Amino acid sequence: MTAVAIDNVWKFYGDFPALRDISFNVEPGSCLALLGRNGAGKTTLLKILAGLSKPGKGSVKILGEDARSQSTRYRTGVLGHGIGIYDELSALENLRLFASLYGVPRPVQTAEEWLERAGLDRVRDGLVREFSRGMRQRLAVARAFIHNPSLLLLDEPFTALDDKAIAVLQSLLNKARSEGRTIIMSTHQLREALELASDVALIARGRLAFRGERTREMLDDPGWLYRNYGE
Amino acid sequence: MLQKLTITLAALAALILVWNLHTILLVLPDEINQGAAFRIIYFHVAAVFTSFCGFFLAMGLAIAYLVKKNLQYDAMSAAVTEVSAVFATVTLITGMFWGRIIWGIWWAWDPRMISYVVCLLFCWGYLMLRKAVDDPTQRARLSAVLLIFTTLDIVIVWKSIEWWRTQHPGPVLSIRNGGGMAPGMEAPIYWNVLALILLATSMALVRMRQESMQREIDAVRRYAHAM
Amino acid sequence: MASKVEPSPALIQTAPRQVKAGFLQQAFAIAGKDLRSEWRTKESINASLSFAIVILLLFSFAFDVSSEFSKEISGGLLWLVFAFAGALILNRSFARELVNDCLDALLSSPASGAQLYLGKCMSNFVMLLIVELMCLPVFTVFYNGLWVSQAPMLLAIFVMGTWGLTAIGTMFSAMTVNLRLRELMLPVLVYPMMIPALMAAIRLTTIVMAGDAVGGDDQIWIRLLIVFDAIFTLLAVTLVETVLVG
Repeated sequence: MTAVAIDNVWKFYGDFPALRDISFNVEPGSCLALLGRNGAGKTTLLKILAGLSKPGKGSVKILGEDARSQSTRYRTGVLGHGIGIYDELSALENLRLFASLYGVPRPVQTAEEWLERAGLDRVRDGLVREFSRGMRQRLAVARAFIHNPSLLLLDEPFTALDDKAIAVLQSLLNKARSEGRTIIMSTHQLREALELASDVALIARGRLAFRGERTREMLDDPGWLYRNYGE
Repeated sequence: MLQKLTITLAALAALILVWNLHTILLVLPDEINQGAAFRIIYFHVAAVFTSFCGFFLAMGLAIAYLVKKNLQYDAMSAAVTEVSAVFATVTLITGMFWGRIIWGIWWAWDPRMISYVVCLLFCWGYLMLRKAVDDPTQRARLSAVLLIFTTLDIVIVWKSIEWWRTQHPGPVLSIRNGGGMAPGMEAPIYWNVLALILLATSMALVRMRQESMQREIDAVRRYAHAM
Repeated sequence: MASKVEPSPALIQTAPRQVKAGFLQQAFAIAGKDLRSEWRTKESINASLSFAIVILLLFSFAFDVSSEFSKEISGGLLWLVFAFAGALILNRSFARELVNDCLDALLSSPASGAQLYLGKCMSNFVMLLIVELMCLPVFTVFYNGLWVSQAPMLLAIFVMGTWGLTAIGTMFSAMTVNLRLRELMLPVLVYPMMIPALMAAIRLTTIVMAGDAVGGDDQIWIRLLIVFDAIFTLLAVTLVETVLVG
């Protein structure tokens, strides 16, 4: 069964199609880099995959079920533009909240484990509003991974990360890949994304301009794809 | 084709109205208790009926949009609500004039008039909401849900105000005040209702076309920005 | 070239270790999160309470407090104050989720829109009830209320009336969360909607404030409050997902 099956998806703002007839599959265990200029439709597509938005036409099936269904959301981890953690709660309280929302069996213990993995165990009771940006990013990553998701959806995850956070994220993503999880990552940071990616999709003006495996060529010359398939 | 329909309806409405005006103003005698003022009632009742039907039609169209996701339903729903708001205003103004003449006061806190003010407030909120949303699809979705809430609430508001007034009685606006109208006097009401409904329909059709065109312009603008 | 890794079968099935939480459990988790967050900052409650007391004071300049007239308007006064003060709490309700895109994080979690709505409704209810109960002694002192003999009934009215306000207000907070004129839109939309609940609460409170029991004729207002609360809570729970998920 494919991990993600996108079938003739259109998304409309009024009469304007932001996404036009997008169809492609993502196999389980692969890592897809979703590329495209600003406004091309990457975030719109990711929002549909995350269940935050419904397609106007067409369907999206994740692990065989509709993207918005509850069982799908149990198995999907999302890291969007905004980090999705509460400033007024402590690091531990944030992770505990999301652990219980995601039905993690031992929420407190799991939260503490993840705080350690993210290097935040010493500030577990500190309020997030006092954290540095890097610390928040690491906590956000922990939140996205805490329930062992089979599918990870990341919207520009490397943007504005400090080195430590990039390292943590890269090692987590590599580990996730080795465990066979599926990753879909929209990005501008071609270098970091293409290193991790096994597949590439390019969205241009709402259409799927390219879909294929990530090649050596792309890694050596990240702009190659845009020159040949983009605008 | 739509334009032809609109013009035909408007012309028909105009004809009936002119004929009715002739009947109401020149042919019918004055009523026993109310004098000449009762003629206002002909328009008041017709406006009430038209706007009342309009509000419920708009809710039906809103539900149709949520089910079918066709933006035409949203355009119709918005058009009908706006036109109903206009007729609700006519209702209130004619009611106020009637009250001024018969009771000597502009506003008597009559339950039905209060409910209609609340209706207008809901319409106002609805139109403000539509203005506040840029994305036509989101606008359609939010206004449809709002319309369902407000239409349901207006029924409850109506009943509540009636109960409140039974505990604090006051004057009531009623065409049956004089003990019923003579049969000959009632016919113009029905003709007026027909005329106003035709007029309302043609106005709604015009407004609907405006909404559709606005959507097209919005789409073209988005295309231009995407280039 | 990074190769695809064969996924372990367990990962493709529903992660067997996850426990599907009960409907109310997740709603309570969200309510708890809101209340904990509010407890730390006390922003909404402080603003709401100070606004309420200021209005109570202002009203005392508008009317002759000692007269019989003020007894007649006691219920109206109190509930108008609650409605205005409540708007401050309701406005913040979904707006607080916009920071850091937390609303998206909640919506992409297994919690349904209905659970999100109920959780926030419950936390708004608790916050508004706290403000109301703190206003009550102030009001009693300023306006000589005599409700002590009817205290259980007064509490019941507060509970039913406040639920009505928060059920509607939370739903409309969800509806307006992404709009640019949110602070202006919410009061415009919400106050007319609350009219039946406010009327019933006002009528019942005026009776109870004078120390009387709610008699036969006036029981209709209790029924109205209950029906209002039930209908709009149900409607909101059904439609909130449509509103939040585009």
